[in-house]
Parts: sequence; C-alpha cells; structure tokens
Amino acid sequence: MTTVLQSRGLGKRYRQRWALTDCTLSVPAGHVVGLVGPNGAGKTTLLNLATGLLAPTTGTIEVLGGVPASSPAQLARVGFVAQDTPTYAGLSVADHLRLGAHMNPGWDAALARERIGRLDLDPAQRAGKLSGGQRAQLALTLAIAKRPRLLILDEPIASLDPLARREFLQSLMEFTAGGQVNVIMSSHLVADLERVGDYLIVLVDSRVRVAGEVEDLLATHHLLTGPRRDPATWPADWRVISASHTDRQTTLLVRTCSPIDDPAWVVEQIGLEDLVLAYMSHTPDPASNGAPALEVQR
Amino acid sequence: MIWLTWRQFRAQAIVAAAALAVIAIALAVTGAHLAHLYDISGIAACQAHSDCGTLTNSFMNQVKASPTYKALYDGGVAILYAVPAIIGVFWGAPLVTREIEAGTFRLAWNQSVTRTRWLVVKLGLIGLAAMATAGLLSLMIGWWASPVDHALALPQGRNGTSGINRFAPLLFSARGITPLGYAAFAFALGVTIGVLIRRTVPAMAVTLAAFIGVLITISLWIRPHLITPLHAISALNAANIEGVTSGTGSGSPMTVTAAVHLPGAAWVLSNQSITASGHVFTGPATNACTTGSIQQCNAHIGSLHLRQLVTYQPAVRYWAFQWYETAIFLALALALAGFCVWWIRRRRLS
Amino acid sequence: MIEFHLDGRSGVAPYLQIIQQVRQALRLGTLSVGDQLPTVKDVVATLAINPNTVLKAYRELEYEGLAAARPGVGTFVTATLGDGSLAAHGPLRRDLERWLAKARRAGLDDDSIEALYRDTFRAAAKEEAL
Repeated sequence: MTTVLQSRGLGKRYRQRWALTDCTLSVPAGHVVGLVGPNGAGKTTLLNLATGLLAPTTGTIEVLGGVPASSPAQLARVGFVAQDTPTYAGLSVADHLRLGAHMNPGWDAALARERIGRLDLDPAQRAGKLSGGQRAQLALTLAIAKRPRLLILDEPIASLDPLARREFLQSLMEFTAGGQVNVIMSSHLVADLERVGDYLIVLVDSRVRVAGEVEDLLATHHLLTGPRRDPATWPADWRVISASHTDRQTTLLVRTCSPIDDPAWVVEQIGLEDLVLAYMSHTPDPASNGAPALEVQR
Repeated sequence: MIWLTWRQFRAQAIVAAAALAVIAIALAVTGAHLAHLYDISGIAACQAHSDCGTLTNSFMNQVKASPTYKALYDGGVAILYAVPAIIGVFWGAPLVTREIEAGTFRLAWNQSVTRTRWLVVKLGLIGLAAMATAGLLSLMIGWWASPVDHALALPQGRNGTSGINRFAPLLFSARGITPLGYAAFAFALGVTIGVLIRRTVPAMAVTLAAFIGVLITISLWIRPHLITPLHAISALNAANIEGVTSGTGSGSPMTVTAAVHLPGAAWVLSNQSITASGHVFTGPATNACTTGSIQQCNAHIGSLHLRQLVTYQPAVRYWAFQWYETAIFLALALALAGFCVWWIRRRRLS
Repeated sequence: MIEFHLDGRSGVAPYLQIIQQVRQALRLGTLSVGDQLPTVKDVVATLAINPNTVLKAYRELEYEGLAAARPGVGTFVTATLGDGSLAAHGPLRRDLERWLAKARRAGLDDDSIEALYRDTFRAAAKEEAL
C-alpha cells in the first residue's frame, strides 16, 4: 500500500473548541514523517485520532488502509508511544515485556530482550525508578517489539536531556533501517526532525499549513530579496508565505515550482527550521490567493 | 490479558488473602468452643413453641460475658457490611481511573487487545474475585455465628420472638448469599463511577455514598414488597401486652404494643394494635393508664377489645428473599458492567 | 571500516557530507578497493539520521562508479580517485601559493584569509549541489 495515513476533512471538537479542523492528508509510505507545530496546535489530537484513542467529530481517517483501533489486527499493525511515554510505575521492565508478550500475538521476544540488554536496562528495575530517557526507551521497545507496520510517536523526546534525546533517535533510526520505514513523529523542536524526517507536516492552530517531502519543500521554497515592488507585479504562480517590506526593500518567502528568472531578485535557499517558523508565524488568508494576511511594515 | 489483570490486581489480592487468613484463624480458634457452649446449653432440644427464654438467656449471658465473643460477633456483622463497600471503593473505583490519571491507558489500549476485551476480562475476573471473597467471608462468619443466631431467633417466652434474627434487615445483609450480590454490585458500581468521573479520589467517595444509598433504599423500600407480606390478626388481651406509651394528661394519645409470637425467624414489618373497626388505636389515654397501676391499665386496655395486627414475612420465605435480593444486585451489577463497556467503546476518554 | 560524522551547521546536505567523507577516505588511503562501507543500519544508529539519506549517498557513489551494492551483503568500494598523492597537484599548489601572496599584499591577516577561503568554498559547494 502506498499511503500510511489518509484523512479527509478530519475534525475534532472538544466542547466549544475545535482542536483539529479540516485536516486532509495523504501521507506516503516509506518515510519518517515529522509532525511539527506549536503547543496546542492539534498534534496530539491528530495522533490520537490515528491510533483510535479518539473518534473524529467530522471527516474520516484511515491508517494503513483500516479504521483506527477497529480490530486486534489493526491494533497490532500500529505501534504507539504516547506523550510523556507512559509506563506502569509499579511494574518492572521484565513485567512490561511480559505484558507485551501476552497482549500481542506478533511479539518478538528476542528483539525485545536484545534491545533491553543493549540499553543496559535492569529487567528487575521498576519502571517508576527509571530515568526519563530509560522510560522512553522502554516505551519504544514495547512499541517496536510487536513488529508494527507503522510507528507513531507523540513528542517522545520533548522532556529528555540532549544525550537521552540523541540515544532515542539513534534507536529509532536503527529500527527504521531494518525494514519498511514508516514512522510518524511529532515534536515542537524542528532541529530533531531535521535530522531524521524526510516528510514534513506543519500544524498550526488546528489546521495543516503545509505537508510534503522535505527535499521537495526545500527545493520549491525560496527566500527572495529585492527592491520594493508592488505585489501585483509578482508572478501568479507564486505562493507567498511571508512578506516584509521596508521603504526600499522587499523580502519574500515564496513557494513556486517554476524557476525565478527576474535578476532583480536575490534568491537564497531556506533551511528547514526557518521554513517551519515562517509557516508557524504567518497566517495565510485563504481568500487572498496566496498573499499573506500579515505583513510587516517597517 | 489474564496475566495483566492478575499482575495489576496482585497487591490487592494478597491483602485480601491475608485478611481472610487472619479472620479465618480468629474464627477457627474461638468457634469450636462457642459451638460447644451452645450444645451444652440445651437450646437445641428446646421446642420452638415452648418457652426457651431461660435457656436462651443463660447462653447469651455466657456469650456476652466474654468480650472476645461479643467483639467477634459484632465485628463479623460489621465486616460483612464493610467488605462490599471496601471492594467497591478500592477494587472498583481505581480500576479505570488509575489508568486514566497515569496516562497508562494509552499504553494498554494500543496493544493488540481491543479495549472492550480489556475491560470485559478485568470486570469478569476481578468481579469473580469480589464475589468469592464476600462469599467466603459469609460462609466463615455465618458458620461461627450460627449458635448465637439460633439462640437469638427463638421465642423468648412472654417477650415473644426476638426482633434480631437472620431475616430482619440488620442481619439479612450480613448472612447467606446477599454479600455476594452486594460485592459484585459495589465493584461494578465503582468501575462505572470511575469511568464517568475519571479521577480516583472523587470516584472512591461517590462510590461509597452511592453504594450505601442503594443498599438502604432497597432494604427499606423494595425488599419488604418483593413478596406480598402476610397479615396475622389476634386478640389483644391483658396477658400479652408488651408496652404502652402515652402522654402525661388524660386524653393524650396512647399506643399499645403486644409481643409477637411467630414460628421461626420471621421478619416483622409492622406490629400495630387496631380497634374493632380496623383503624390503628391511638388512644385517648384514660386515668387508668396515666395515673393508675400497670394492672389497672392492662385491664382497661383489655376491656377495649383491641386486636393485634402483625404484618410479616414468614420464616419459610427467608431463602426466597435471599435469592431475590442477590439476583437484583447481580442484575444491577451486570447492567452497570454493560454500560461501562459501551461507554468505553465510544472513546470518550483521551 | 570508516566512521562518518555530521556537521549540522555547515549548510551542506547530510548525504553530500557522507559522499565527501568517502571520497576523502579514498584519497587518504583509509579506504581501498574491496573495502566495505558501513551498513546503513550502523550509520543511522550512530548518527541518528534518516536511512534514506545514507541510501541516497551510497546510490550517488554507485552512480559515480566508486562503489557497488551487493544485495544482502553490503556496499563495497570498487574504484579509487585518480592519483591519491597530493604531490601530483603541483600546478594547483603553485597557483595557491601565488594567491596567498596576493592576499598578504592586500593586507589580509591569517584569520581573514581563512574566512575568505571558507566562505567562497561553501558558496561554491552550495552552487554545486543545486
């Protein structure tokens, strides 16, 4: 199958507030997908909908071709590490592995034992006494050892120190190198996603702002600097993400597939972090056909 | 799933087993002697219709003289009331709220087991454990207390049949199979309230209050009507008057109660004196009763040709009531369990 | 077996850095024909980068004829880069010496010369990569 996650008009409302609005995504298989956005943007809501912990208010969502949490087979195909990597504080590491073995027919006990050994975790240690990084690794082991086709992680490294963060990503990438690579990971730190992600979804204020392969995004977004010009003179196929003007100069972040021939513009590449920040800070007005609603006058 | 249920329930199971063991030992050590005291008291040979009062009194005095026996008897009743409540509060309410508060439901419900199965197995296994615990306790305590229960249920001569017998509300809920029903219901109630409230301590408090409320409601207002009670009308004469209450002045209201003589351990719902026309006798008091002696008062009452109306459930219906009551609570437990499963499937948690 | 490292702030794409490091190793003689390149799994387990990045680098090396993948076994070096010794680049070295002299006459100190060189090198590398 070619898409791991397919959603159409997906929305979720809590009482008065819409946590996720009109989310239409078609996430291809074989990628490490980074889901990035500020806190409260709807990342956890989207991931909970994908794992079946929540039911949609509007729209539909399909994961690996099936309805989330609809059957044991569907549950077995998707591995999940929730925010704050929950584990049973009173159960030991070995107990957690037994939990995995008893509750998952596809459990790979050898893989689990080998990972625990390599991570130097004491099987008799209670999960409540582990450090944050060790708990995250335990939760990752539980998700990986049931041999899922898709691994979903909700801000797994947000509260970890830099070393634990690096070790977690190393573990994760090693897992993806082994077989079909299907990971969806959310974070509010772009730097980590930059290393490991090759597909990006930016979620701001309950809406998807941009979604696409990282290479493609970096190749089609350009930072343009040039003399101050009337926006009407810009080519029609330019999608302006952000614009700022001084009295003499215009700086634009533009998305376009066609080459930029006008020599008056200085064209630069933009890094992934700056790209994401631009999408997070500028709200495009859908009616204005690409011209941003927010302009900075200086 | 069975392993996980056991592993998470292990601590509570150990506490329950230890408590059962301690209680069993205390009962075993004292129970044999108590039974022996009963055997030699001769109460067993006393016929139900004759006056067993002296034999009963002497046996009961022996029992009351020993603080151990008194404590164990009263404690036994208290335990059988407390255990279903404890099960509801400590086994039922935290079952789901613990997972919600710790966020571990996000771990448990993403294994290859649907949340329906997760809840059904937990409800089933721990529910059975609850019933087994309550049932075992009822058995042990019932065995130990049977001599005292028998003695209390016998007619006490002129004072009639005692009101403290296994059919009366106080002991009815602490003997037989009703504790099983209560335990299952309290457990299911705890889980349901936990699923709705989602926080452990408030759920525990509400479960306790709700369980007590339901138990009182059913004991007082539903149980008496499960089978239409019987009525016994007999003449009320001076010989069997048990008590007269009146105001101080002539003409004030007055009520008369007579002793109840019913075979076996019957459940007396009401005991009233009625006039010839069938209304409840309320006086008025005459000088004979306000200022005269007891004999004068009794003679006066005798001349009124009152009758005694006893509304009761006969002793033979005891087990029918036990089964009805247990069935009601088991049905409630199943309904609550079904509701929980349905509620959880709707993914209202997050 | 060589080890890769990543400079996250160099502005050079990770896959290009890997290619450069392989070429560097070939020049210095750390890698020779028949040696196995680190497995994708080992590289990502050390660097915590996307496996596709490594695969892309290895594919590029294959395209340039420097390496070949043997399915199920690994990726192996198949050719070296010309004459490995720096001595062969006499003319280039003399050009560089002349440029350095010019830079000193223009008044640049050591740091400025290095900065100018680095800046120009990076800009050229980015243009190459586009």
